[in-house]
Amino acid sequence: MIDQLPILAEINPGFWVILAGLICTLLPVGHARKAFVIAAPIFAGLLIFQLHDVTTPEVLGGVLQFGPVELTTLRIDKLSVVWGYLFCLAGVINGIYALHEKCRITDSSALIYTGAAIAGVLAGDMITLFIMWELTAISSVFLIWKGGDHAYAAGVRYLAIHVLSGVMLLAGAILHAQANGGDFMFNEIGLTSPGGWLMLLAMGIKVGFPGLHMWMQDAYPKASITGTVILASFTTKFAIYALARGFEGEPILIWIGAIMTCFPVFFAVVENDLRRVLSYSLNNQLGFMVCGIGIGGALAMNGVVGQVFVHVIFKGLLFMSIGAVMYRTGTAKASELGGLFRSMPYTAIFCLIGAGSIAAVPLFAAFVTKAMILAAAVEEHHYIAFLMMLFASAGVMEHSGIKVPHFTFFAHDSGRRVKEAPWNMLAAMSIAGFLCFYLAWPFGGYQQLYALMPFELDKPYQPYTWDHVVFQMQLLFAAIFAFTLLKRFKLYPAERRAEILDVDWTYRKMGLNVAKWGSAMWDRLAVNTKRVRTRFISSAGRRLYQTFSPAGAASEATPSGLAAIMTAGLLFVVLLLAYIAK
Amino acid sequence: MPSMFSALEYVPDWLLTHGPAFLMALPLIMAAITSILPNKRVAWASTFIVTAILTLTAFALALYNAEVGTTIYKMGGWAPPHGISLVVDALNAPVLVLIALMSFITIIYALPATVAEIKPNKRAPFYAAFLLCVAGLLGMVITGDAFNVFVFLEVSSISTYVLVAMGAARDRRALSAAYNYLILGSIGATFFVIGIGFLYMETGTLNMADMARILADLDGGSRVAKVAFGFIIIGLGLKLAMFPLHTWLPGAYAYAPTPVTVFLASTATKAALYLLLRFTFFVFDPSYAYVADELLYILVGMGVIGMVFASLQAIFQTDARRMLAFSSVAQVGYMLLGIGIATTASVAAGYLHLINHAVIKGGLFLALGAMWYRFGITRTEDFKGLGKTMPLTMGAFTVLGLSLIGVPFTAGFVSKINLAGAAADAGWWWAVGVIMLTSILALVYIGRVLLLAYFQSPPVVNGEVVVRNEAPLMMLIPMWILALTSIFIGVESDAVVGAATRAAELLLGAG
Repeated sequence: MIDQLPILAEINPGFWVILAGLICTLLPVGHARKAFVIAAPIFAGLLIFQLHDVTTPEVLGGVLQFGPVELTTLRIDKLSVVWGYLFCLAGVINGIYALHEKCRITDSSALIYTGAAIAGVLAGDMITLFIMWELTAISSVFLIWKGGDHAYAAGVRYLAIHVLSGVMLLAGAILHAQANGGDFMFNEIGLTSPGGWLMLLAMGIKVGFPGLHMWMQDAYPKASITGTVILASFTTKFAIYALARGFEGEPILIWIGAIMTCFPVFFAVVENDLRRVLSYSLNNQLGFMVCGIGIGGALAMNGVVGQVFVHVIFKGLLFMSIGAVMYRTGTAKASELGGLFRSMPYTAIFCLIGAGSIAAVPLFAAFVTKAMILAAAVEEHHYIAFLMMLFASAGVMEHSGIKVPHFTFFAHDSGRRVKEAPWNMLAAMSIAGFLCFYLAWPFGGYQQLYALMPFELDKPYQPYTWDHVVFQMQLLFAAIFAFTLLKRFKLYPAERRAEILDVDWTYRKMGLNVAKWGSAMWDRLAVNTKRVRTRFISSAGRRLYQTFSPAGAASEATPSGLAAIMTAGLLFVVLLLAYIAK
Repeated sequence: MPSMFSALEYVPDWLLTHGPAFLMALPLIMAAITSILPNKRVAWASTFIVTAILTLTAFALALYNAEVGTTIYKMGGWAPPHGISLVVDALNAPVLVLIALMSFITIIYALPATVAEIKPNKRAPFYAAFLLCVAGLLGMVITGDAFNVFVFLEVSSISTYVLVAMGAARDRRALSAAYNYLILGSIGATFFVIGIGFLYMETGTLNMADMARILADLDGGSRVAKVAFGFIIIGLGLKLAMFPLHTWLPGAYAYAPTPVTVFLASTATKAALYLLLRFTFFVFDPSYAYVADELLYILVGMGVIGMVFASLQAIFQTDARRMLAFSSVAQVGYMLLGIGIATTASVAAGYLHLINHAVIKGGLFLALGAMWYRFGITRTEDFKGLGKTMPLTMGAFTVLGLSLIGVPFTAGFVSKINLAGAAADAGWWWAVGVIMLTSILALVYIGRVLLLAYFQSPPVVNGEVVVRNEAPLMMLIPMWILALTSIFIGVESDAVVGAATRAAELLLGAG
């Protein structure tokens, strides 16, 4: 394909997906759009496969020169190629999952969003990265707005935060490039310059650092059913890529990541909206990756890459199963669900697979990769971070592994009798479910995942050792035991309709009220000072007008005599100046 | 750029050798012939061909200059300082191209415009006067002889008075405007020639390069040289519409026939500005205390006051052409500021603004002329709905207007950012502030008409909404050439910035 059309080697494969999305905005035929939605990511994936050259460290292309800035719009190397494949795969699965939805906005914005994410991770320079960074935000906000009227404000907040993040990224990139003699290539950034800090902060917003995370739990649960699934696949993982590229081995990330794994656990346990529970759990999973990036080194980075890969699949699976439930029942509130395994058995099984994967049960996806990050933490003697992540692992089991399936499909019977999920949702879930198994299969499964990992290890990490399996099972059973005990003594927070306050409250409610108060005060001030102001403005305007307007003093038609006198006057000044000059 | 040098291979040698003389002789001779041509179409065609040849010649000379450097042509074989020399160097080559090119563009536009504005029996004289004006401007830019400058200055001025007065067919106020211009222009020319006289008294030569050498030997010269300099900058200040000597300009621009306005706005004040550069930095030198003082207090002082004052006046104008005319006075202020800071970077920025502003203002007046041609629009309030009735014309007006404001990716941005950068480098932070302030004022006066054009519906005349009526092609082509040029300079500014820097380096030395 590349040989016949060498131009393809110069164009970032993500651009084709974006192009497909743009075509879809104009395409009125639903089936044709769906064909694009499935085919475009596959095409991009094939292109990446053809372009990726295992023998060379990196493939560069699409070099554009804008004045002093050189853009390298395409770079495929060991690191970016993993994300490229992953996003194409996720694009296809999401496309299948959304096949039933006849909506031009969803199709086109999902494609543009997917394409921007692919193009972003395959971009070689920071300017292209910034453009794609903003494009993912702008294109994805439509998916949130499709969630209905109540999602509008959340969408606006989401957009504002992400555009802010993009602007910070650009500012940081320019500062960083200036400090490095105008080199805009996106490589190791480091925290030596203020530009580096700005970029870290920008990525921190997008990846959900503690305190900067609130947009995720605010917006994701409010998006449309398919929208949430699509959103959960790309934005944060794109930012993980950027962190992995720019800030590998920054010690500060270890602590940020460790805290990130722990704090969402508490929120997730008490939260009622299951999509919000999953958003917290997403945040917690990202913490593992951030921590792994902070640890750095071949083992940890391989763990991060593997974790990202399986995470997109199993997290997508969980969101898809809850989405299917919501599609049939119209709600994702734990208090309104329960006992659905009778009517939606397949969905229940897929949800359990996803839950098992996220909890790192042996033979399920995260078992291999999460262990690599934890092992790297021990190897590098970060014991406190290790313990925090261990606690978080138990917490994951608690809220995602048990709580989500338990309250949805088991627990007390809600009395709902609904149909099984549509075939396309089941198909998407079965692909994801199969991958969850396959990528952790001890005999030839996880080795495939290893083949994708960017760094060579002297001896590959062995996940299936007796002590590791037993240790992990102990951890999981302890979590199950704790859950049972709490339920037994009615200590577990009951599923209740309640709103949980998180950092987002500070701007969603407090900030809003402060703004309202300020606006009310401003109004009062405006009313009370109106007379003074209008008098001042009109008198200033009148004076300006009287001076400068065609009827004004300065614009009176100057008779030539007066002008001549003025000339003579100025000549006098000039001569005087020349006279007194030294 | 190798591709441009290779273009020189197609230029015959005699043109490169005798081009300087050809540039002023051809329009002079053709002016005489054109004036007696009976048929107005033929008159136009001959003018068109002459300006086309002039443009090509000017381009060829500029390219040749970029290749071989300064060339001196001896008129009639008489060597300077006794004979008259014609000089093509990095400073005047771009101005020559500018004048020739703008005359060519104006002539394209003039074909439909003169039909509407000039009486049939006046058209041949109109073109003759136009050619005289071109000859005068080219001559005063190319000559190396100070008295010759005065002669050509008068050639161009007198023909300009005639051209402005021809607007009387459209608006009788053109007569008083032309009279005003005549009086003040003559005063300016007189002051200038008095200055040249004093300078001759001091140095005993009329050749400018010689004058510069002798003045340098005399270390700036005696009081006579100081007086000469004072007279020269006031004389030129009148010609280039330095505030407050600009009073002739709004009337002349507003009531002249529209092609004349286009040409005047983009060349006449620019040629005078070129002379100011030539005398301030080449004949005199800013290292003389009196020159430095005049630069600081007169050029910068008047430039900055003019920038603010004229911008405010532009905001309140009701006549669109007067609005742009006041804006021109303000823009001259930018150039004076650049000259007054007197560093290589600032002079380059001022020079750059000279070229860019010629393109921008020429295009804006062209668009205004087209609007008058179609709808008789002169007042700003008549811009209502022009975005619908003349979308292409209004589009060009918008592009050029944004360029005037200094929006990124336009020519105006390039020169303003260079000027602000040069001012900041010299430590003149207050000047940066003034540049920003006047850019905002420009946003107000341009934005005012853009809002009317795009957010108001077309007016209703006799119970019917005015329908779309686009300008003729002969107007749209030159208009869009200028609009696209302004964008091109904004995106790919290297060539123009390079030319400006070379000019400034010639005057002040590198760095």
